[in-house]
Amino acid sequence: MDLVTPGLGLVFWSVITFLVLLFILRKFAWNPILGAVSEREEGIKNALASAENARKEMENLQADNERILKEARAEREAMLKEARDMKNKMIADAREEAQVQANNMIAQAQAAIESEKKSAMAELKKQVANLSVEIAEKVVRAELSNKDKQMTLVESMLGDAKLN
Amino acid sequence: MQKLLFANSFYVCTFAPNLTKGIFNKKIMAFNPLKHFFLLVLFSAYSLTVSAINNKEANEGERFDPKEMIMHHVKDAYGMHILTLNEGKENEKHITIPLPVILWTDNGLTIFSSSEFHHDYDGKVVVEKNGKKFVNFHEKIYQLNDGATALKFDEEHHPLNAEKPLDFSVTRNVFMMWVSVIVLLLIFITAARKYKNNDSKIPKGIAGFVEPLVLFVRDEIAKPMIGEHKYKRFMPYLLTIFFFIWINNIFGLIPILNGANLSGNIAFTMTMALFTFVITTFSGNKNYWKHIFWMPGVPVPMKIFLMPIEIVGMFVKPVSLMIRLFANITAGHIIVLALMSLIFIFETVWVSPVSVLFSLFITVIEIVVTAIQAYIFTILSALYFGMATEEEHH
Repeated sequence: MDLVTPGLGLVFWSVITFLVLLFILRKFAWNPILGAVSEREEGIKNALASAENARKEMENLQADNERILKEARAEREAMLKEARDMKNKMIADAREEAQVQANNMIAQAQAAIESEKKSAMAELKKQVANLSVEIAEKVVRAELSNKDKQMTLVESMLGDAKLN
Repeated sequence: MQKLLFANSFYVCTFAPNLTKGIFNKKIMAFNPLKHFFLLVLFSAYSLTVSAINNKEANEGERFDPKEMIMHHVKDAYGMHILTLNEGKENEKHITIPLPVILWTDNGLTIFSSSEFHHDYDGKVVVEKNGKKFVNFHEKIYQLNDGATALKFDEEHHPLNAEKPLDFSVTRNVFMMWVSVIVLLLIFITAARKYKNNDSKIPKGIAGFVEPLVLFVRDEIAKPMIGEHKYKRFMPYLLTIFFFIWINNIFGLIPILNGANLSGNIAFTMTMALFTFVITTFSGNKNYWKHIFWMPGVPVPMKIFLMPIEIVGMFVKPVSLMIRLFANITAGHIIVLALMSLIFIFETVWVSPVSVLFSLFITVIEIVVTAIQAYIFTILSALYFGMATEEEHH
């Protein structure tokens, strides 16, 4: 029976010893150890979260890059198209202008030809007149030995000339 | 006769130091354990055989009483007896660490050394101190009544003319408890220091050994049993009780310390259970008391029926804690000692291999039990705290 009868002395010393042990260990062991452990766990958690953030940021950046690249490509495309259009337009314009100019030149040339023809005609008339006059003079000189005949002839000739 | 602990000591010299060293030095753990065990068995068998033969020669005619021997080992004692030299001879010599005997008598506080009894625990040596006469009878100190000069017994060998004074002696259990406290403080304060000058908070040295155990108590015991939000308050108690019980369980297995069987002593387990009971009771919230006195969710007659059961349950919980630890540790010790006693009961050395092998087997199991019982005590304490602080849920 002695075995299962708690002795007062051991209970007394157990209580005191355990309380002292509890308080010393709590102050100098458990709190520092648990504090350090939870601090570390917190640190790991934070590090993981920031790594995740960095990854997300990286993803965003990559998406941004992609977008920018796409935009640039589209812009280039647009620019090329514009240039092509402009080129075509310029060619068309130039062609049109050349046409107009050519037409003008043709018209001018035609006008010049016309005027040249006219002046040539006038010259020709003048030459013909001069020749005619000379011929007439010669004829007249030969024919007109008297004054009367001369006068008649001049008059008729003048009338003829007017008819011209 | 009863000094087969002589052999027992040899057994431990080889085994127990490795056990404790293993905690501090991982390199030793790398040793081949099988080889170790084999050597141990051989050595134990040899030393036991020699011891048994010597015993037989020395104590011819004296009957071996296994019950007395076992009880002497399992129970508390006033001195730390290490071993006996030249047993049964003229120059018999006991090697003992004397411990103070502290008594509260009618004449006030009386303190003297346990060595004054000269290793007598049959009540023969009378020590006179402070006007009173004391004897040590079966490791209990009796104060002789006035006028008596020697202890007298009735037919059942109970003391007749003496009474027990209030006894606050530093017995071998108290002494070993203090040794365990010093060891615990050394281990854990050293470990805690490792974190201090360490910015990365990486456990180094002994902290690497301590931290997984602390985390085990936190993550496997406190958190699941008490809950994520409230466990912090109970952590110091749970950690202290876990390691205190564990180390004392281990110390109880070291026979060179003459089996200071602290955690197999009902006074110690009662104290620990009492702490758990007090903490449970004082941290009990409204919900906890409601579940005891007026169980919600059942009809009124059932509430009245459950109330006494719950009230009894409140006290049964710590009592079960107390008995479980005490019985497990004491049973292990008794089995080992009983197996050893077989040699002396049969009075033949041929039993010794059987005894040694079986007690080795039991001791190995006991090493596991040291941790398991500490774990069970702690997890049940945590469970009770969890029940006491549980919030009402629908």
